[in-house]
Amino acid sequence: MNTLFDKIWDSHVVSAIDGGPQQLYIDRLYCHEVTSPQAFDGLRARGIGCLRPSKVVCIPDHNIPTHDQDKPIADPVSAAQVETLRRNASEFGLTYYGMMDPGNGIVHVVGPEKGLSLPGMTIVCGDSHTSTHGAVGAVAFGIGTSEVEMALASQCILQQKPKSMRISIGGRLGRGVTAKDMALFLMMKLSTSGATGYFVEYAGQAVSSLSMEGRLTLCNLSIEMGARGGFIAPDETTFEYLKGREYSPKGEDWDRAVEYWKTLRSGDDAVFDRELSFDASEISPMITYGTNPGMGMPIDGTIPSDASPKALAYMGLEAGRPLLGHKVDYVFLGACTNGRIEDFRAFASLVRGRRKADGVTAWLVPGSWAVKRQIEEEGLDRVLGEAGFEVRQPGCSACLAMNDDKIPEGKYAVSTSNRNFEGRQGPGSRTLLASPLTAAAAAVTGRVTDPRELL
Amino acid sequence: MKQKFDIIESTCVPLPLENVDTDQIIPARFLKATTRDEKFFGENLFRDWRYLPDGSPNPGFVLNDPRYGGCVLVAGKNFGSGSSREHAAWALAGYGFRAVISSFFADIHRNNELNNFVLPVTVSEAFLAELFDCIAADPATRVRIDVHELTVTNLASGRSEKFEMNAYKQYCFLNAMDDIDYLLAHKDRIEEYERNSAL
Repeated sequence: MNTLFDKIWDSHVVSAIDGGPQQLYIDRLYCHEVTSPQAFDGLRARGIGCLRPSKVVCIPDHNIPTHDQDKPIADPVSAAQVETLRRNASEFGLTYYGMMDPGNGIVHVVGPEKGLSLPGMTIVCGDSHTSTHGAVGAVAFGIGTSEVEMALASQCILQQKPKSMRISIGGRLGRGVTAKDMALFLMMKLSTSGATGYFVEYAGQAVSSLSMEGRLTLCNLSIEMGARGGFIAPDETTFEYLKGREYSPKGEDWDRAVEYWKTLRSGDDAVFDRELSFDASEISPMITYGTNPGMGMPIDGTIPSDASPKALAYMGLEAGRPLLGHKVDYVFLGACTNGRIEDFRAFASLVRGRRKADGVTAWLVPGSWAVKRQIEEEGLDRVLGEAGFEVRQPGCSACLAMNDDKIPEGKYAVSTSNRNFEGRQGPGSRTLLASPLTAAAAAVTGRVTDPRELL
Repeated sequence: MKQKFDIIESTCVPLPLENVDTDQIIPARFLKATTRDEKFFGENLFRDWRYLPDGSPNPGFVLNDPRYGGCVLVAGKNFGSGSSREHAAWALAGYGFRAVISSFFADIHRNNELNNFVLPVTVSEAFLAELFDCIAADPATRVRIDVHELTVTNLASGRSEKFEMNAYKQYCFLNAMDDIDYLLAHKDRIEEYERNSAL
């Protein structure tokens, strides 16, 4: 009761169905090319349009190649899916940032950076990582395609209200420990279903000290603990990040908005259905060894003796052994989890003055064109280039390998993405999830390496 | 697809694995379809477990085991975690599953099943363990799922449990009605909400 989650959710309830779900008003719907075509088909079959086109933004990202984007997509099936989104956006009168548009990128990177996602909003997308947008202080969560159709048709969806959970992380993160490690630590503690049925508010000094980029990473991974979403109450960091963004309110509207956003806090008397607290000093750089993101450990630890034999067989790893020193074939920096400017700064800071290890293939994929432009403005592309790395063009890329960026069978990839499921990065691929710093350490040594040794 | 669901009685397909994620139910490379062709998704259900790399059926996977069949999948806890892809629910429906029994479902996937008239039946760990045992002992083990009474019964052991389903969704299943039908019938409320909301 009286949590920020209650405030935002309850103020968006249009009606409640007796003995059933609530009708929730949606302030922002994002559509990408993979989970929307059947929703638009549904509208056509019903002979209806989109109710509030100004609240919908369409961005293709999953199928986009990370090179030669000025040329047509080679895979005809990917090309058709992207073209279908363009046509649907045009037919239904929706904003569209297509491939090569300066506004294109991964939907969860573009939304916050354009100020399309704002505090107090309800935000949905047919994508489980929609939880990312919670970092601006919004209630944001992933939905299925039927629900995308509902939101297009009525700007509402029917939902059972989730329970609320607060996760407080006090203290300060140690050197070389990032928001990604914080999230992998929480998944290790809670497992991939520990927060199912809940919406999470992240709080505590270690959380409020995070930059906006770090907050976006933390909230992005809420779904990997099973939570429908996770958010952080808006504060000065949020306002500073949003000020002046393309779609952020301007002038007096801005002042009024900030006044309202400042009220978006859980009450001192707020009661959560569940509360957990940790101290940041417990958290080390983390890495996963298994086939779900909850199968993680401190990078200098050993694979748990009770680890799933099926997972270890797939990964070609043994219980009781360390991962440090294990050979790495691929490194992937990017995704809606870690494809932002701060992630590239972190990666560049570690590889500066070093060289990419022979035998390592590295894919560095910015989350958006805006991130890529900033990488160039800050000269990070030069630092990375001198170390033997190339910055590619933006998209979801190897996170789920729907484009050409596939990790070959049996190869080990240290990835800054969000899932290490069997076959996620390509059939037979073996993913070790970690932070950008840990990915950089692997890239220059060719081995799983504790980034703290290189800082 | 929209269809009435009141009572079904069926043999089961057992999948005693925990944390089955939607990337396993339908791998990402099959998400490029732009139509809702359930047959296509059904053919690729559990693709990478069901087929060997050379494309031949994996004899060790339950969908290729002739002893098991029926329209009820019985799975370990935390079924459907990970990606929100509704294609996973379409694949289950397209294969012919009408219900999934597990002790725990991931949230988004659970909603996706409901929106496709595949019934997620949450049972106790004890019920699930006994059902797996019964199916192992006799693949002809049948279950009965009753949406009027919201009960699931293991007909081999006689054990029966109530399962949760809100009254609204129960009505939808019994009458083949979906959420969009409901929302479109109440458009006036949406406009009223918009008039009244401050920001």
